[in-house]
Amino acid sequence: MTPPASPALLIGCAAGFSGDRVDAAGAVVDTLIRRGGPAFLIFETLAERTLALAQLRRRADPQAGFEPLLDDMLRPVLARCMRHGIRIVSNFGAANPLAAAQHIRTMAQELGLPAPRIAVVSGDDLSGQGQRALLRAQLGAAVDDIHMVSANAYIGAEAIAAALDAGAQIVVAGRVADPSLTVGPAMSHFGWRADDWDRLARATMAGHLLECGAQVCGGYFADPGYKDVPDLHDVGYPIAEIGSEGDCVIGKADGTGGCVNLASVTEQLLYEVHDPAAYLTPDVVADISEAQLTQLAPDRVGLRGVRGHARPGNLKVNVCHEGGWLAEGEISYAGPRAEARARLAADVLRRRLPDLQLRVDLIGALSVMADDGGALLATTPGGDARDVRLRVAATHANRGAAERLGREVTALYCCGPAGGGGVRTTLTSRLNTLSCLVPREAVPASFEMLEDAS
Amino acid sequence: MTSAVITVPLYRLAHGRTGDKGNRSNISVIAWDAALYPLLAAQLTEEAVAAHFSHRRPSHVQRYLLPGLQAMNFVLDGVLDGGVNDALNLDTHGKALSYWLLDMPVAVPVAMTPLLRGPNWISPQDRATRPITI
Repeated sequence: MTPPASPALLIGCAAGFSGDRVDAAGAVVDTLIRRGGPAFLIFETLAERTLALAQLRRRADPQAGFEPLLDDMLRPVLARCMRHGIRIVSNFGAANPLAAAQHIRTMAQELGLPAPRIAVVSGDDLSGQGQRALLRAQLGAAVDDIHMVSANAYIGAEAIAAALDAGAQIVVAGRVADPSLTVGPAMSHFGWRADDWDRLARATMAGHLLECGAQVCGGYFADPGYKDVPDLHDVGYPIAEIGSEGDCVIGKADGTGGCVNLASVTEQLLYEVHDPAAYLTPDVVADISEAQLTQLAPDRVGLRGVRGHARPGNLKVNVCHEGGWLAEGEISYAGPRAEARARLAADVLRRRLPDLQLRVDLIGALSVMADDGGALLATTPGGDARDVRLRVAATHANRGAAERLGREVTALYCCGPAGGGGVRTTLTSRLNTLSCLVPREAVPASFEMLEDAS
Repeated sequence: MTSAVITVPLYRLAHGRTGDKGNRSNISVIAWDAALYPLLAAQLTEEAVAAHFSHRRPSHVQRYLLPGLQAMNFVLDGVLDGGVNDALNLDTHGKALSYWLLDMPVAVPVAMTPLLRGPNWISPQDRATRPITI
């Protein structure tokens, strides 16, 4: 690799999803400070479903709707980041980036810090009445028949880069594409244009390696005897060193567990990729078909050979809507003929609930590998598993119809096969998703600086 | 040199990870050793993988080869019962599906068995003193 023309940009990632560990950022920030030079900290906290749940919370409370763990994630490191010039970029704004920004401003006051310059990225939220015609043009009349909870476009890095160019110390976004959290800082730092496809693609794949947090550092990787990971309980979070050409070296926070090696990085490089020659993002179409990885040192892997092509003209939109009710029930059987008794209980439930399409799992014998239609279960001969938990699940638009599942599972206590115990039942409202593409021009993303409260 | 072959599960030759988007699953298969990659390319065909997942009724299986990474990427459409928000599976993402694939039988020349992970694997460092002839 040619030595970078200017000092590498360091980008550390301290969260890979909503619900990730909240104590990850400390070691990442310590490492960024120790290494010195320009550095960013990113948190990726939005999955498809997360945003719909956030929108529901915002409906109940206009000041809610951002990442519920924001305070736990950011408070321990905010002072150190501000003191050392480490800027923060995240999608933890979820359904309410403005409220998240206000919360961070208050947090800074409480910590006795000078007011940070916080930018709020907007434009992704298409759930308003004003955008209904845009969605109808793509999804047809279906969009009028659903109870919409959220609709968000995956916007790209440009608004983030512009906010950083304008001096933001913290950028709070909602639904931006995950790699854009990395591309934005790189664009701003190196001054890349929005059509510098090769460099944007390289930074995109750096962002792709970072966006799932520990998953590139030995998290979600260990398999005893085959893929052994040191100190998995203390797995480190990743730091990318990005050069002026966009090529990157992936490492991890100092003094942590885990591993960064060819195996762990290759798994993450291909994670959620379809055609490796065309990884679609709002910023660029990245091509990793000729990509190469090199183990440069322990826990340091270099990525090069990524190319880029012009970005798509459309943006992806996810529309979440109310999807009726999910009913689940479980009961355990153990000892001799446990599996036979569990299968008999499933048969009882099917006959008692003819209006529901039951999914049946025999946990301990056959469950997650099977299919909702029951094809694998039907063709798998009854075995002699001796510790089986029967699980049944079904959905129904009508709450009352769904509730019957839980009652019938409970009734197995007195009416079902012998020896069943440990009944648990749950009923949860469902969210379903529709996806479509909309023209990029129809989604004007932008940023605003949060006004100084003082 | 012998022409004898043994049949072992794919996880002796490769590792992988599942990802999901909607009703589509992708599963990476990454050879532990570059010398094993041609075996995977020859035997893990789209047809063979589709048959291995037949109970999930894939509507389409596409394979992408990445020889530079000694890896391949399978994209399986329609195997997630609608995907994370629709499936009734406990594992709505289909996260476990990589291990279903990694259980697939693969035929390996006996002479290459020292390259297989698991019992009797010879690490690259040890191969210097115990050369393998293939």
